[in-house]
Amino acid sequence: MAKVSVTVNGKVRTADVEPRTLLVHFLRETLNLTGTHVGCDTSQCGACTVLVDGRSAKSCTMFAVQADGSSVTTIEGLAKDGQLHPLQEGFWEEHGLQCGYCTPGMIMSAANLLSDTPKPTETQIREGISGNFCRCTGYQHIVNAIQFAAGKR
Amino acid sequence: MATSPVLPKLVGSRVKRREDPRLIQGKGTYVDDVKIVGMQHLAFKRSDVAHGRIVSIDTTAAEAMEGVEAVFTGKQIAEFVKPMPIGTPFPSPEHRVVAVDVVRFAGEPVAVVVAKDRYLARDAADAITVQYDTLPAVVDPEAALAGKPTVIHEKFANNVAIGPIPGGTGVAPDGSKVDDSAIDAAFKNAEIVISQRMMNQRLAPSAMEPRGVVAHYEAGKGTMTIWSSTQNPHILRTFIAMMNGMGENEVRAIAPEVGGGFGAKINIYAEEYVVAGLSKRLEMPLKWIEDRSEAFVATIHGRDILGYVDLAAKRDGTVLGLKLRLIADIGAYNMLLTAAIPTLTMLMANATYAFPAIRVTLTEVFTNKTPTDAYRGAGRPEATYFVERAMDMLAKELEMDPADLRRKNFIPKDQFPFQTHMGAVYDSGDYEKALDKALETANWAQMKKDRDKARAEGRLVGLGLSMYVEVCGIGPSASLPTGGWEHAQVTIERDGRITAMTGASPHGQGNETTFAQMLADQFSVPFEHITILHGDTGVVKQGIGTFGSRSQAVGGAALHMAGGKVKSKMAKFAAALLEAHEDDLVFENGRISVKGAPAKGKSFAEVASYAYIPVPLPPGLEPGLSDEAFFEPSNNTYPFGCHISMLEIDRQTGEPTLLRLVAVDDAGNLINPLIVEGQIHGGLAQGIGQAMIEEVVYNEDGQLLTGSFMDYAMPRAIDFPRFELEKTVTPTPVNPLGAKGCGEAGTLGSTPSIVSAAVDALSEFGVKHIDMMLRPEKLWRIIQGGQA
Repeated sequence: MAKVSVTVNGKVRTADVEPRTLLVHFLRETLNLTGTHVGCDTSQCGACTVLVDGRSAKSCTMFAVQADGSSVTTIEGLAKDGQLHPLQEGFWEEHGLQCGYCTPGMIMSAANLLSDTPKPTETQIREGISGNFCRCTGYQHIVNAIQFAAGKR
Repeated sequence: MATSPVLPKLVGSRVKRREDPRLIQGKGTYVDDVKIVGMQHLAFKRSDVAHGRIVSIDTTAAEAMEGVEAVFTGKQIAEFVKPMPIGTPFPSPEHRVVAVDVVRFAGEPVAVVVAKDRYLARDAADAITVQYDTLPAVVDPEAALAGKPTVIHEKFANNVAIGPIPGGTGVAPDGSKVDDSAIDAAFKNAEIVISQRMMNQRLAPSAMEPRGVVAHYEAGKGTMTIWSSTQNPHILRTFIAMMNGMGENEVRAIAPEVGGGFGAKINIYAEEYVVAGLSKRLEMPLKWIEDRSEAFVATIHGRDILGYVDLAAKRDGTVLGLKLRLIADIGAYNMLLTAAIPTLTMLMANATYAFPAIRVTLTEVFTNKTPTDAYRGAGRPEATYFVERAMDMLAKELEMDPADLRRKNFIPKDQFPFQTHMGAVYDSGDYEKALDKALETANWAQMKKDRDKARAEGRLVGLGLSMYVEVCGIGPSASLPTGGWEHAQVTIERDGRITAMTGASPHGQGNETTFAQMLADQFSVPFEHITILHGDTGVVKQGIGTFGSRSQAVGGAALHMAGGKVKSKMAKFAAALLEAHEDDLVFENGRISVKGAPAKGKSFAEVASYAYIPVPLPPGLEPGLSDEAFFEPSNNTYPFGCHISMLEIDRQTGEPTLLRLVAVDDAGNLINPLIVEGQIHGGLAQGIGQAMIEEVVYNEDGQLLTGSFMDYAMPRAIDFPRFELEKTVTPTPVNPLGAKGCGEAGTLGSTPSIVSAAVDALSEFGVKHIDMMLRPEKLWRIIQGGQA
């Protein structure tokens, strides 16, 4: 077993895990933060995207031990003081989700995109979320949702 | 008198979804989020050969691992789990939930491990060794029909699962009599015949949430609770009860948040039976969650129908007859609805046209592949594709505008309800209106100029147009083995809040929102006062489920009826309270009052409260405000529309780019246009995906080559232009809402319109048809003058 200490959504979390434990399973199983989802096993779909030290990362492609000492933000940590994050607001306003399974990862990727490119063009948005699959929406309302959030900044 | 705020009318408006707050904050509960004390985890050992006899299975290493609770081979499982049932009346070979002697597709389960965590369960499954006597794999459906290279199921000679079944003009409804005179005459009188072999390729549904099951058999109570990522918990309950020798009232099936289905989560799977059966046997809660790589082999595939199309016409564009010979490659076994899906291709071969004669024959064939079943559109996109591509080829051959050719052959709008050659009765339609709307939205004349201008610059740009009509709102019961109705219950609580239960268990369709909109209007109460419950057979008494674009057209109608019953009872209580006649009352802005005398009224909550403490009880009334309805439509609905594409192909690389996609859809009356747009967008994305990038590929050994998202091309945001949507509204007479359904529409017209656009773009190379998907290499070879 290996000891990991990760700051998750602002709180330090320490646990003993198998060294092979994926970060996503550490979040979901050890910390019960089930908002982060698993949609594939080859790092394509992006459902598991979280922010590690402010940068988007596919948490199915990292071991928990690799996140030791890092700061991780998951979908559960995005709203502040009961106030939805502009991206969460955008997804709600613009019908940016249907089944909701890809949504947490999609929002975290979009957060990374907007921190790099606060006023993205539509093409930049579509490229920026190309590491995230959505099977329900055809992406158009997701693009609108990210534009909504960009407009609020 | 208290003044009530005026409540907006919600039906028909773009109401934001009430499902979203939980989902955008990571607070939804999907099946993998369910944890039960003492729960153990399952992993399946799956066959790595496509066809083979099991010689031996060695489980000793797996059993010796610390933390492994149990290991079962197929033979052991067969002692207490029955063979797989199916949901269609067709003949079916025995299908064990876990293979016993022979494996018939790569990925078929051969053994099961139960262990304390999922990592360990997987390790133990990997530690099982299986020896196979490998048999030749049947991969090509046409060779399979000649029994080559072998026969998969002893009792099904030449691998023929069903057929050939004839249908169409001159065929008796039971297929007993076949009169070819009309169809023969059509081809004899033809001035031009279009003939083409077309492949509607196999696809992987790929809901973003893979499947998953948690089963908890409680021995003390003798009850089973099963959580599953399913589109139809009530059907699941029926089958789980039957397979476990339990009463339906001893099984509770729960569909928690379901992360997409697209038809693939209608089927009841082997894993559901195994997890439930083992939970009962071991008396412990068990969980199995599918990996994506597993999903590619273990979750049903869609489409995979080969069509030989012949279209007979006069040179003025009048079509005289259509012949369609279908060969459906259904994979290794019949699943719940497998055999029925290609029959929908037959049913919809009439398309939007008044063809004088049609003959379709359908053969379904077993191969050593993952079984097929419903995938968004389920049989209708295939029909649309074959007919619309043939119409496009005819238009090209006659040098006619593809829109003009369609117009010339449409079923006229005054002919509805329209009895087709294929046995369907189209409920309502105005195809010319949808076509005109699409031409106007696309600006067809300008689009053609834009194409010609681009061509003059040496670019390869093409246009494609496709009509469609589909069968939705599935019911009545004669058209569905599970029953073709839906159930709803509406209760006015004592405080005037409304709780409604629906059997239409959603997986992203937003029923909690649309159904609350309907009830808010029906009772004129605030939207926030309504709760919609679904997806739990312990809460919702009865139901069928969400598929075939039926949740609004059938489930919504049931809800509307149940609401109507409760409302009329509530009016009786209000009449007693107000000393008025119930027919003189209006429900308005949270109040019930006498028409024309708003001061003479009571709040909705006051009347509700009176119904539960009825002193005095009005004569002839029982206390309480709750009622239910089963709604069965008199017919299916037949939504329709027109999709137009503009596509460019890179002359150097063959890479296609979709420039424009215009979709005009007629789904009848809409409850929430925002949600409908979302449904159309999603359907378009899957239709475009099929045309351009998606394809399940097997090699000659029956090995799946597209077994992960690294090899199976899922559409990304960057693959699409901004869709241009418009609508026409032709209500259906078969349900009280006039709603037809919109869930699958997007997959219907988009696909053939794109392939037609690609053929148009490459017209200078004399190409007449290109099989999907539009792989750049394929297009590049055409450009280089080679074969497609």
